[in-house]
Amino acid sequence: MLLIKNGRVLDPASKTDAALDILLHGEKIAELAAPGKLTHDHKNAEVFDATGLIVAPGFIDLHVHLREPGQESSETIETGTRSAARGGFTAVCCMPNTKPVNDNASVTRFILDRAKTACGVRVWPIGAASVGSKGEAIAEIAAMKEAGIVAVSDDGKPIATAKLTRQVMEYCRSLDIPVIEHSEDVSLAAGAVMREGVTSSRLGLRGMPAAAESVCVARDVQLAELTGARLHVAHLSAKASLEQVRFAKQRGLHVTCEVTPHHFTLIDEDVQYDSRYKMNPPLAAREDREALIAGLADGAVDAIATDHAPHEPALKDVEFDKAPFGIVGFETALALSLEQLVHSGRLSLMRMVELFTTGPARVLGIERKLAAGQPADLTIFSTTHEWSYNVSHSPGKSRNSPFDARTFRGAPIATIVAGRMIHRT
Amino acid sequence: MTFRLRDLLALEPLTADELTFLLDQSQPFQTIQRNPLKKLATLRGKTVALAFFENSTRTRISFGTAASRLGADTMNLQAEASSLKKGESLLDTVQTLNAMKPDCLVMRHASSGAADFVARHLDIPVINAGDGTHEHPSQGLLDALTIRDRLGKIDNLNVTILGDLQHSRVARSNIHLLGKFGCRFTLCGPAMWVPKELEKIGAPGVSIRRVFKLEEALEDADVVLVLRVQTERMHEPSISNEDYVLGYQLNAERLRRAKPNALVLHPGPMNRGSEITPEVADGPQSCVLEQVTNGIAVRMALLYLLISGGPEDVPSEPQAAPKEEPQPQRNRRSTDKKDLSHASD
Repeated sequence: MLLIKNGRVLDPASKTDAALDILLHGEKIAELAAPGKLTHDHKNAEVFDATGLIVAPGFIDLHVHLREPGQESSETIETGTRSAARGGFTAVCCMPNTKPVNDNASVTRFILDRAKTACGVRVWPIGAASVGSKGEAIAEIAAMKEAGIVAVSDDGKPIATAKLTRQVMEYCRSLDIPVIEHSEDVSLAAGAVMREGVTSSRLGLRGMPAAAESVCVARDVQLAELTGARLHVAHLSAKASLEQVRFAKQRGLHVTCEVTPHHFTLIDEDVQYDSRYKMNPPLAAREDREALIAGLADGAVDAIATDHAPHEPALKDVEFDKAPFGIVGFETALALSLEQLVHSGRLSLMRMVELFTTGPARVLGIERKLAAGQPADLTIFSTTHEWSYNVSHSPGKSRNSPFDARTFRGAPIATIVAGRMIHRT
Repeated sequence: MTFRLRDLLALEPLTADELTFLLDQSQPFQTIQRNPLKKLATLRGKTVALAFFENSTRTRISFGTAASRLGADTMNLQAEASSLKKGESLLDTVQTLNAMKPDCLVMRHASSGAADFVARHLDIPVINAGDGTHEHPSQGLLDALTIRDRLGKIDNLNVTILGDLQHSRVARSNIHLLGKFGCRFTLCGPAMWVPKELEKIGAPGVSIRRVFKLEEALEDADVVLVLRVQTERMHEPSISNEDYVLGYQLNAERLRRAKPNALVLHPGPMNRGSEITPEVADGPQSCVLEQVTNGIAVRMALLYLLISGGPEDVPSEPQAAPKEEPQPQRNRRSTDKKDLSHASD
């Protein structure tokens, strides 16, 4: 039994913003009540004093790479989830581009087995859309769903052809599971290592235009309309792509999208010859970032997701154009969101919490709320705690973050999954 | 002014004063090229590592000759012979070279930013001899020196750059150097080789415009820089040589659109009959061979400045040729790196 007392409880599902005590019993929430007014017997409960802190539903990260099986020198399910817990995440959706690819139920079960002995963060695997993510044949989606996947994606690349995308969408509609698309026209993006623009021209680095993303989003939106499928656009980075998502939402299509903290924080002008600034989609233009923040504020964007992409130093410490794409993201996601969105006055704290909780839950078609009987998954954080990020102290295995040594105001304080405190700062 | 270079990775961050200083420092070394005995002892006992991870003939020979005329020894690493082919990382390769204790690393690499990346990891001066499609600083300097010799100045000139701008590190270095002196640039070539973003790569206020018609681009030009068509850097199908010749080859008739004494520069190697006609390449306006000679002077100056530390104060007048004694060592950074595991003795 755990009593979280005196916290400011923010629950987007019920629009609650109040000082409440929360009593957790077993794996569930037992009761919420005004401070000191709990009716359940709690004299044996362990007490966590949340005075001055925010108590929110457990954060969900829709887009992470845990690298296991196959690339354990960069990350494992154990180290990745410890980093996630430190970042305040209670559940993470891991992409299938492991070695082997998670394109069948046995890999899915392996991941879930490994997660059981890890730190306690819920691991929700995403299955491959096509066999080996090769874009030729549809993967065993029904069997993987039975084993526990929550969505399908060929992330790292788009589902190869429009025809296969249509087929996957139709199949996933019948299975009621979302299709998460890494939207990229691979011919427009071929060989590119950053966004095309003045900075790429100055640095002599090959750029991809915004259209490399948005033409694929436009195609997928039309296929979502054709099939009635649930389409979720991963790591959306371009203004033109967001306009496609807005258009889809206006038409009542089941189209959602996520944005990463690095895309609403950094822009292409920040890129240096340092592979910690290399990710895909690449850092976008100033006007794209502005459009993303507007979309995060007004509801066009459904979730903040990290695209946590660990790569061991041996892979990243090379020439810019030879380095793999991606950065780690768990431990800076909340702090960057507070810095860029809340402290800056662009989003309310409630809206930011929604983007980490009920927003991603809706994408997956699940509930996320603070109420008696609900799973006791909570994220407790401070909006004022000052700290600086030191990536070398991360429990994760990789160090590829452009935010190393950045100073923040606001941090995750405690992460609770199924009634158990799995991380406490 | 006092100006001490740590590395020379790009011309973009240098100021007009710093660039003038580098050009002035090259002048005494130009004189030496005309002497019957060209060898100095300025860098006797020093070693210059030449690491060319991308094929190069003229730049490698030019740096090697510059080093030897200063009395320095060279160690050569060429991509074909290197262990990169055996899977060694760039960082491991240059750290191995560094452990052999050179006093300076001159490197060329096909990846933009490779010299920048290496310089962050080494404690010896690094000279970028061309990185991908980013910059080729010594080429920019030798071009400016050549223009200054012929026209007496590099200020406020109309410079037309012709060809594959997108993939040209020579064009970028020229824009970053000459742009600091008020030169105006006209970039000309097929539109897919001249992306509009190039108009904004200069420092604020630098005038860069795109013109797709060659005759128009040459109007009023003081300098015409002809680039080689770089098929090896193309990621997309190139246009045919016939089409290129039709639209963009610099021939005598077209050159008449430029100012009468306009200079023609080419970084080499030239494809005669492709981007330039032999008549223009060998004509009185061509500076192609002077560029090559000046390349050695510029590179001698760079090696001298980076290895010896150069003069404390630079008078506005050009320096006399450096004395033949070894220069006093001031503010030299140690060549001893943290990874002493490689050190012998």
